[in-house]
Amino acid sequence: MVQLVHEGGGALGAPPGTTGRSTMEWLVRRAESVVIPLGAVLVGLALFGVFLLIVRWDSSRSLGAALDEVWTAFELMYTGGFGTAFSIQNTLSRAAPLLLAALCVALPARLGLVVIGGEGAIVLGGLAAAVAANVFNGAPGFVGIPAMAIAGAIAGGLWIGAIGALRHYRGVNETIASLLMAYIAIALLNHFVEGPLRDPASLNKPSTAPIADNFWVGPIPGMDVHWGLIVGIVGCVLAWILIDRTTWGFSARIAGGNVRAAQIQGLPVGRLILVFTALGGAFAGLAGMFEVAAVQGSANGSLNVGYGYTGILIAFLARHNPLAIIPFGILLGGIEASNGLLQRRLGLPDASVDVLEGILFVVVLLSETLYGRFRIFNPELRGSRA
Amino acid sequence: MPLKLTPSRRDFLRTGAAVGAMGAMAPLASKVAFAQTPLVVGFIYVGPRDDYGYNQAHAEAAALLKELPDITIVEEENVPETVAVQRSMESMINLDGASLMFPTSFGYFDPHMLAMAARYPDVQFRHCGGLWQEGVHPANTGSYFGYIGMGQYLNGVIAGHMSRTKRIGFVAAKPIPQVLLNVNSFALGARSVDPSIQCQVIFTGEWSMAVREAEATNALIDQRADVITMHVDGPKVVVETAAGRGAYVCGYHANQSPLAPELYLTGAEWNWVEVYRTFVAAAQAGEPLPNFVRGGLAEGFVKMSPYGPAVTEAAIANAEAVKAEILAGGYSVIKGPLADNTGVERVPAGTAYVETAIELESMDYLVEGVLGSTS
Repeated sequence: MVQLVHEGGGALGAPPGTTGRSTMEWLVRRAESVVIPLGAVLVGLALFGVFLLIVRWDSSRSLGAALDEVWTAFELMYTGGFGTAFSIQNTLSRAAPLLLAALCVALPARLGLVVIGGEGAIVLGGLAAAVAANVFNGAPGFVGIPAMAIAGAIAGGLWIGAIGALRHYRGVNETIASLLMAYIAIALLNHFVEGPLRDPASLNKPSTAPIADNFWVGPIPGMDVHWGLIVGIVGCVLAWILIDRTTWGFSARIAGGNVRAAQIQGLPVGRLILVFTALGGAFAGLAGMFEVAAVQGSANGSLNVGYGYTGILIAFLARHNPLAIIPFGILLGGIEASNGLLQRRLGLPDASVDVLEGILFVVVLLSETLYGRFRIFNPELRGSRA
Repeated sequence: MPLKLTPSRRDFLRTGAAVGAMGAMAPLASKVAFAQTPLVVGFIYVGPRDDYGYNQAHAEAAALLKELPDITIVEEENVPETVAVQRSMESMINLDGASLMFPTSFGYFDPHMLAMAARYPDVQFRHCGGLWQEGVHPANTGSYFGYIGMGQYLNGVIAGHMSRTKRIGFVAAKPIPQVLLNVNSFALGARSVDPSIQCQVIFTGEWSMAVREAEATNALIDQRADVITMHVDGPKVVVETAAGRGAYVCGYHANQSPLAPELYLTGAEWNWVEVYRTFVAAAQAGEPLPNFVRGGLAEGFVKMSPYGPAVTEAAIANAEAVKAEILAGGYSVIKGPLADNTGVERVPAGTAYVETAIELESMDYLVEGVLGSTS
């Protein structure tokens, strides 16, 4: 967390304040954290254009025609992701689980923990929600739906919280532990869905018993996107308040910057680790709950489709800032939504968007090294050291 | 389709404008706007369309449809059984004007395809593998599937002749009825040739997981199996691993002989093109599409790969004789007295199930002679 000083300065420095000069300086410093990721995304898109040029190279065509096709690809991505009312809803419905999945990475990351096993919390959250739906079968919706949400959040929270506990009490590397425990979680899901919890009527797609009709979470009024999107956005805002506006968040950022210093200051580092990992897991568990309550209607193998892994990408793109997760989650949702149109209109393979996502990830990680290097954003560089 | 593959800027802007207009009309945009234009048919695959397996079998049929007049085929691959497939269908309907949809993976049916069918009553949806029921499911939906168990039985007959170790192997995805029927059919086919043959099955737990498929194939061969077949989405890894170890292979889903020209014996393949042609012809003529379509070898829904060079004359003669009986109709593979591999009688003497029997659709056991367990 090299940028701790910078972030501290940005987030905790004087809010738009007393003098015109300091307001301007505050704005300029904030602009750095918008301009650099945005620039990185543009560079990533440009590199993807080069990639398309190479894979679609055909010596019988002129360069102009080839460039035309690349341009068409970008236009199709815009159309498919954001260009029509339908496309926007398509994008938002894909973004919904990704926001919650990204929080599972971003929250522990503020403590310096790299948790990449959110997929485990998602599948177990979904499974727990399906179990809760069956336990509360017959209850009214205002009881059943919260029960499913709480069950999903608890299951996800315990799962990722356990990874935090392993880290704190036993010194187990949280990255490896979370990845391996995701495989265990998926195996548990498969075991329960194909064994003890299987609905005998689900012959060729093993699933738990379907949830009651009144436990379905409907769409947001006027849209074709389920409520998981709103919960994801609210979750991101709450997480931002927690991190940027509370003493807990302040302590977490200190511990993430320098754990020894935090311990010397007497900060409860262990408790912070447990709370932040559990909270991240709870958000991922909610993502699983919404998959069951708003999309699938039961728990089955389709809970395990990689939302947790896309969440890693989004959290890193957002530099673990919960507010930035919202636009990056929607961007990634849009890229995935446009995938179909690229396949259908240009005959590109499905993996093309994976390549784009990979390029974006690498470029944004590289751009991290640029913070604090541009004089325009960092007035102190303009001094005698320059 | 030069327009679709390399549209010029101007073409694009034109479609873009059309697309924008459609977007404004969504979700009411329907085939009305396309009444005079070619029939647009959407295919959705759960895996890659060149997987040498389940998805390729559909994609090959889709490719043949492209040769028909007045038709546009739009395809998407690797679409998971989540809200993603709902959006893919909707995108094909809204942005491409598709009016006939073939979502080909089992898990697309409920709730995904049913939700889209309710939203777009003017679009026809036909699903591969689902159990469409009149009165339960919307009239603009339907399902088609093939009885491929007989194909695995014929695979088994050939395997029974070719195995020297009297041990054959089956790499299976999940212990669900469809897969269990294939395992049992393969084992019964081989044991019809030599009752001392045993068939070992390993379940990988996933429809597509290359690492476990390779491990399972190696494990079967380590335990002396010398003919391998499979029921996973993409048999490529199993075929190449088995052939690399020198074992014979019986294929599944599509023709995998290019992967193992010497050791490929035969295979049970889907033959979807006739099914799709029937639906497309009805749609183009404006006639109602059938809702529930099923067929096996006799109806041309399933076919056998050409015999490989290693297959003996005796094996071919036997398999062809059985095939003739199957084509004549009324043939039963699952018939009493039949015990499962724990000794429990599953089919009493005097009872026989033809391939269309509903009892076979809930199979939950492995027959005597199969080494393995369903849980």
